[in-house]
Amino acid sequence: MTGRSAASKSTPRKRGTAAKGAGASAAGSRAGEEAAAAHLLTYRQMMRIRVFEEHANELYLTAKMPGLTHMYAGEEAVAVGVCNALARDDYITSTHRGHGHCIAKGAHLDLMFAELLGKAAGYNRGKGGSMHIADQENGNLGANAIVGGSAGIATGAALSARMRGSGQVVVCFFGEGALGQGLLYEVMNMAQLWKLPVVYVCENNLYNEYTHFEETTAGDILSRPRAFGIHTAEVDGQDVNAVAAEAARLVERARKGEGPAFLLAHTYRYYGHHVGDIKRDYYRSQDEESHWKRDRDPLVIFGQWLQDQGIATAGDLERVEAEVREEADKAVRYGLEAPYPDDSEVTMHVYA
Amino acid sequence: MSTPDGSTPARAVAGGDQAARNGAGARTISFSQAVNEALAEEMRRDPRVFILGEDVAEAGTPFKVLSGLVEEFGPERVRDTPISEAGFTGLAVGAAMTGMRPVVDLMFGDFLTLVMDQLVNQAAKTHYMSGGKLKVPMVLRTTLGATRRSAAQHSQSLHAWVSHVPGLKVALPATPEDAKGLMKAAIRDDNPVVILEDKLSFQDKGPVPEGELVIPLGQAAVKRQGSDITFIATSSMVYVALQAAEQLEAHGISAEVVDPRSMVPLDVDTLVASARKTGRVIVVDEGHQSYGVSAELAAVVADGAFYHLDAPVKRLGALDVPVPFSPPLEDLTVPTPNRLAALARELCGAR
Repeated sequence: MTGRSAASKSTPRKRGTAAKGAGASAAGSRAGEEAAAAHLLTYRQMMRIRVFEEHANELYLTAKMPGLTHMYAGEEAVAVGVCNALARDDYITSTHRGHGHCIAKGAHLDLMFAELLGKAAGYNRGKGGSMHIADQENGNLGANAIVGGSAGIATGAALSARMRGSGQVVVCFFGEGALGQGLLYEVMNMAQLWKLPVVYVCENNLYNEYTHFEETTAGDILSRPRAFGIHTAEVDGQDVNAVAAEAARLVERARKGEGPAFLLAHTYRYYGHHVGDIKRDYYRSQDEESHWKRDRDPLVIFGQWLQDQGIATAGDLERVEAEVREEADKAVRYGLEAPYPDDSEVTMHVYA
Repeated sequence: MSTPDGSTPARAVAGGDQAARNGAGARTISFSQAVNEALAEEMRRDPRVFILGEDVAEAGTPFKVLSGLVEEFGPERVRDTPISEAGFTGLAVGAAMTGMRPVVDLMFGDFLTLVMDQLVNQAAKTHYMSGGKLKVPMVLRTTLGATRRSAAQHSQSLHAWVSHVPGLKVALPATPEDAKGLMKAAIRDDNPVVILEDKLSFQDKGPVPEGELVIPLGQAAVKRQGSDITFIATSSMVYVALQAAEQLEAHGISAEVVDPRSMVPLDVDTLVASARKTGRVIVVDEGHQSYGVSAELAAVVADGAFYHLDAPVKRLGALDVPVPFSPPLEDLTVPTPNRLAALARELCGAR
């Protein structure tokens, strides 16, 4: 495979890099430098997701991308914070809104764009597309176009990790819309019965497609996992430090054999349900969108924190953004120029 | 199994061909012993193989097919689950994707309805959607077959549903020998394989060779040689076909019985070769006749043997009704040796 950028190669795969040493940027301290570098990488990863989604939207609007895609912009701190707590060989399962999880777990933008564009160079030879990117080298067992559909896979991967004695932990990402699916409760019951190393991360971006979650969700969300005796936590999903710290705690807990956990992250999606969902007034207001983008943006919040802590200057952050934009531009070009799969591939990979 | 005409299927006469070919000593064991043996041997051979499902451990399933396995392999590898079919099938998919080789025990084939998303949208498509990166080496064993007086939600033969989904393999063992050999092949396969066993067959006995026995998926077996007509029979319909063939001998009609043994992959060549030889074909299957596997098998044979056929290819399936509870009604819904023999005589010009 070609076209991998230096930036994407530097993706951290050490456990808990971002969570440790918060604020410890004292000059001269090697640990402080490492922590600072990890924080800047966290910022970079969030920026990569943001810029990736801008390009995905543009590819749709300019009719260069087949089909539709569901954008993760606005929710970056959840994926990056959680994946910072994971080792490279830990697993995740993802959703139809999965680009953020994929990037946060270590994927290359060029191979992702190639997949979104249906090209043979894509992560899955163009056969999966936006909603099915799987990157097993980084432990991503795949995005899933069935809401809640990956809950079984994640829990089964945790059972497998337990049986193989691998020490791996699995994170199951899903939106609050998946709370309506029965499968989730079946597998949470088994995860708690058998103390499996799985963390269920519920990204509550407020909307089940085009419907506010309060119209579809009875009672209190966390009382559902608690009914099984599953350990729960709740976090501001726009604050990557808070997400990373909570995720690190839950992941290590699971790794030590203390059982599954359920993390509820409060967040917001900036775009519509998918790229084509442009007129949204009937289900959410411009004021609401503006509020989240202006006052609750995860990149702004974390960028400000980095500056307040003296870890980075405004110039440092601008430089990161410029580098990411260059990486993404190259990655889009790579995807656009890559060839489609040969016709002979249509019958390949039906059976192993 | 009693049939509406009061006859008893000649089950003990089937099988044994593989044993003879292998030259190995054959014992006579039951269908459920054969399945049990296959699972035990594969679990001894490969530590990645494990079983999960409802009441699989101490209970050994309601049919007692798995008795003794938990004693040998422990509750981790013979894992009792809650009554959550979709959930534990989903767990199997995830476990298979990450290095294990699970065997899901789905108590009744009717419960396929509960696991279809995990089987169809997840297990079957993962390899393709991932561009060949991920594999799902799992087996789902479940049942088919009516006339157990279990009514409409415990009697269906839904193998057509799974056979329609690219990415799944589907096996239908009829004899103890096939049950063992196909199960071992399925466990070693890198794809999701659904094995449907007729729940009325579990106590039936037949010859099974000693030692290693792996029957590759996609190899049909000629269970009886004949020259006038071919019965393509699936699962326990093999016994219906064998008994009909015996009846037809008295009428001077020589019937061949071919068991495809797996729907996917399908051994088209063996089916077509038999059709070309005899020139007449009836497909016998216990799924509902409309839109069932019998239609596919008939189409494949009609296509491959068209210029050799002396009569239209016929199907004999289950009636297109939910399976009724009342015994006399239920017995009307399934193919029987008498009905098959009558149809064969009609097709052969009422000899």
